[in-house]
Amino acid sequence: MAMLKVNDIHVYYGSIHAVKGVSFEVNEGEIVTLIGANGAGKSTVLNTVSGLLHPRTGSVQFMDQDLKGAAPHKVVERGLAQVPEGRRVFLQMTVEENLEMGAYTQPNSTIAPGIADVYKRFPRLEERRRQVAGTLSGGEQQMLAMGRALMSNPKLLMLDEPSMGLAPILVEQIFDIIKELHAAGTTILLVEQNAQAALSVADRAYVLETGRISLSGTGAELMASDQVRKAYLGG
Amino acid sequence: MLIFLNHLINGISLGSVYAIIALGYTMVYGIAKMLNFAHGDVIMVGAYICFFAVSSFSLPPLVGVLLAMVVCTALGIVIERLAYKPLRQATSLAVLITAIGVSYFLQNGAQLLWSSNIKMFPSLFSNAPIALFGGELKITMAAIATVLACVVIMLVLTWFTGRTKMGKAMRACSEDKAAAQLMGINVNATISMTFAIGSALAAIAGVLFCSAYPNLTPTTGTMPGIKAFTAAVFGGIGSIPGALLGGVLLGMIEIFASAYISTQLSNAIVFAVLIVVLLVRPTGLLGKQVREKV
Repeated sequence: MAMLKVNDIHVYYGSIHAVKGVSFEVNEGEIVTLIGANGAGKSTVLNTVSGLLHPRTGSVQFMDQDLKGAAPHKVVERGLAQVPEGRRVFLQMTVEENLEMGAYTQPNSTIAPGIADVYKRFPRLEERRRQVAGTLSGGEQQMLAMGRALMSNPKLLMLDEPSMGLAPILVEQIFDIIKELHAAGTTILLVEQNAQAALSVADRAYVLETGRISLSGTGAELMASDQVRKAYLGG
Repeated sequence: MLIFLNHLINGISLGSVYAIIALGYTMVYGIAKMLNFAHGDVIMVGAYICFFAVSSFSLPPLVGVLLAMVVCTALGIVIERLAYKPLRQATSLAVLITAIGVSYFLQNGAQLLWSSNIKMFPSLFSNAPIALFGGELKITMAAIATVLACVVIMLVLTWFTGRTKMGKAMRACSEDKAAAQLMGINVNATISMTFAIGSALAAIAGVLFCSAYPNLTPTTGTMPGIKAFTAAVFGGIGSIPGALLGGVLLGMIEIFASAYISTQLSNAIVFAVLIVVLLVRPTGLLGKQVREKV
């Protein structure tokens, strides 16, 4: 069944029509990816789902409930977490405080076991638990941003460009973690410019071009598509 | 030497009042990125509430202070809700002008309700000062209470922002509002909370300030408000320890300047020091170099 259903949303920044009628679905247990060039509207779509932006027309449904007008913190309460583009960890707070913020909607009793789980997945973070996040490397900050989002115990995890600005070896590591999270039962919506990496892990994929979905299919289908190969995979 | 000590104590005491007010400025700036110029007038409202509670209704001073805190907390929340929240997406200049407007609104409102006649603020503390060195050095109870209040407030705020969930959420909001929202933090509620805390502190500051300078009028809050804003900038706006340091230093500079240089020029000297500090350290004494986010 469709966990997340985005129906024909139109999103504007003032007079700029950034997303022009996008529809897609994410089913429970899937990894779905939205790929597309810079400025195609990928982050706008995620931020609309998260409630940071509101569509002028169209609707977003999560677990059969309309998210119309829901404030971002209400969206998180319903089990939809986002790892934002550029990681956006709280640079002046410690690693552990960042994780606590991730659990803001959760009962206090779940915080300690949640943090223990994140440390098990990312041992690097445990080594640096008392350091402020601003002293972490880019890869560590990405791990922290992902761990922080997992602290809300999400049903659906949305990742916005997790590979951005990372060395190839770290990109590989981040995608391994995405596969692990998926194997552990988390449904994932992944937004990426790195089409190669994203398509290789995705069950299904959508190509976003200047605010519209131009193509969709399984990860393998799109990987084989001429159009995708020319535009995003370098021939 | 004893005279110097006397000035020092007066300076620290006055500085403590500035510090308590500056905390309100700095916390609101940290989270809402706005200068709440009406903050000084909330001090005045707090002082009036305490004045009426104690002088007209003969309530005990502590009840008067608590009443002033309750009224100012509510006032702070209402001001934010009605005047500033609708401007959350507006330019900072629009918010600044609105804050000045709110400041005049409070002053004129006080004039209408309570007239502009000077009211003598009652002494809430025992009048007998503690005399040391055979009466050469006198420390008033008001001064002791002021410094004590400032220390307690600092300790509580440090604990609150460092240890509690709500306090950490405030720090998260002041760093990155969108990311804080994605954590499930209700940013509007957090901003409201910050105004509530700042205004409750303003009430305490109002009572303490009027205990030292008892002439209460609708413009009583203006000067300490501006001085405390200066103190917040001096210490580094957005920084809680900075507000304390800036406030205490400012109070001492003011008292020493008027004692040893010139009473008339003391304010000018205070602001001259501020200008020099900002020339050397544009972010204030403890201010962080803030990276502008795009």
